[in-house]
Amino acid sequence: MVRVSNQFTVKENVLIVRLRGEIDHHETLALREEWQTYLRENNIHHIILNVEDVTFMDSSGIGVLLGRYNEIAKNGGQFFVCSIHPQIDRLFAMAGLYKIVQTAKDEKSALTMLGVAS
Amino acid sequence: MKNEMRLEFISVSRNESFARATVAAFVAQLDPTMDELTEIKTVVSEAVTNAIIHGYHNHEDGKIVVDCMITDDAEIEIKISDEGTGIHDIEEAKQPLYTSKPHLERSGMGFTIMESFMDSLEIISEINKGTTVIMKKQLTKTKTVCH
Repeated sequence: MVRVSNQFTVKENVLIVRLRGEIDHHETLALREEWQTYLRENNIHHIILNVEDVTFMDSSGIGVLLGRYNEIAKNGGQFFVCSIHPQIDRLFAMAGLYKIVQTAKDEKSALTMLGVAS
Repeated sequence: MKNEMRLEFISVSRNESFARATVAAFVAQLDPTMDELTEIKTVVSEAVTNAIIHGYHNHEDGKIVVDCMITDDAEIEIKISDEGTGIHDIEEAKQPLYTSKPHLERSGMGFTIMESFMDSLEIISEINKGTTVIMKKQLTKTKTVCH
């Protein structure tokens, strides 16, 4: 199986995370570490999560998103999810994710809402 | 088109994707919609992950069996069994957001997803004997018209 890597980009105090491929329990083991390292080593206040290239996600993926949400929310940071497609939307809606995170059409509009020039 | 298959593998997390992809390939003969396929892959992933994390506490030497049956009527039954520690309180485990392992960042949505993506969910569990999850779903049959 081809393993596609996730991509992390820092823009000012915003961490942009582009998840790729299938986000299940197995994949979250490495993803959580990598994500936490980026949060720790940069002065991150907000997160923008781009799920455009996510082909599959289950409740393990939701668990990792909620974990990172909690990390930045305790410092007053905002968590945006963008580029949501219908398959991911069903899972997010069912898991109640929209009651917690904010949504944006794409990365650019999320950055605008955070007052960061893209 | 009656058919069935059995899949047996050890409790290694890498097998989560193997299990859901294999069940999806088997179900493909019923010509499911994209949504149905996503739902089936998701529930298989949830049940296999539960067996690995909760049934076997991440020990990689447990056995997981997936039985899959399809009927003439395009109904699918998926049975996922482990011989792990079992569930103390099934009703509690089924509660949305409940998790016995909060330190592992579990969302506690596994059974809720299984219940809502499938037509029925049955959980049989015995302490130190194991857990079996049986899920059924009637697929849409609108496409099978031209014979």
